[in-house]
Amino acid sequence: MQKPLARNRFEPGDWVRVQKREPPPHCRTPSYTQGRIGQVAAFYGIFHDPEGMPANYDRPKQPLYRIKFEQTALWSDYTGALGDSVGVDIFEHWLEPAAAPAPRSTK
Amino acid sequence: MKDHKDHPNPHPGRQPDKELSPQAMRLKAMIAVLIEKGVLTREQLDQEIEKFQGQPQNDGAKAVAHAWVDPDFKKRLLANPKRALSEIGLAPKPIISNDPENEHEAQLTVVENTDNLHHVTVCTLCSCYPQQLLGRPPDWYKSLVYRSRIVRDPRGVLDEFGLHIGKDVRIQLLDSTADLRFLVLPQRPKGTEKMSEEELAKLVTRDSMIGTGQPRTP
Repeated sequence: MQKPLARNRFEPGDWVRVQKREPPPHCRTPSYTQGRIGQVAAFYGIFHDPEGMPANYDRPKQPLYRIKFEQTALWSDYTGALGDSVGVDIFEHWLEPAAAPAPRSTK
Repeated sequence: MKDHKDHPNPHPGRQPDKELSPQAMRLKAMIAVLIEKGVLTREQLDQEIEKFQGQPQNDGAKAVAHAWVDPDFKKRLLANPKRALSEIGLAPKPIISNDPENEHEAQLTVVENTDNLHHVTVCTLCSCYPQQLLGRPPDWYKSLVYRSRIVRDPRGVLDEFGLHIGKDVRIQLLDSTADLRFLVLPQRPKGTEKMSEEELAKLVTRDSMIGTGQPRTP
């Protein structure tokens, strides 16, 4: 068992982009979030990396976050209300820093 | 129609194994291999099934009703659900413990609906759900249709459930993709001020704690 990472790289409020991996590995990161930008809504703690599960967790533990995506950032044709969002729990090794998106004009 | 008991040569299509879907056959084969290799015993498997089937369905409703009558408890329930639940005699067993070396259990998180924020839970990957409080998830929760459509068109799907959320209310979907399970704390219905906690608990439906419904009104 490798040592867990000492601390989390991101804090609530940070903007992050979810990596897009081709071909998609067997993972917990839903494809609809891959390549998308969201905001860290919560840092939950350090958890087992489920991608190491088939090999008895022989991978370092990972910080786990709730990333909040605006629906309009996920689906270009979203017709619900502005402010509708999806919170998805994503492990740190899938995230990279991103610039805040330009504010959307309200219709 | 003739009784199968008296039928000397049962119809091949009626034989139990032939009725299994490919998934069920694969499961059956997997169980046989795991038992044969000594990974688990039939008794352990039966115990696990019993544990799932014996789970109380109304513990979530009890917790919600208590939160409605006790604002301080509500704060504690939102901040630390596990500790708060143990205060009222609900000590849910861990959902997952697949790593004996390290305590590894899915954490319960309670999210509160308000006048301008409505939560809905889903597990787009499979069927993750706060089973300790709600029992086994309903079949529709596990269906590909719900899992794929609710993230894409939450308002349309909720309308089909008979739940219309006005556009002045934001919808936050929570996709349980990792180690957290979400329980929605619905809003207390109006006109229930004089009701007892026990009466209130009866208004709290399973769907209202998933976010696809509202509590019953008295």
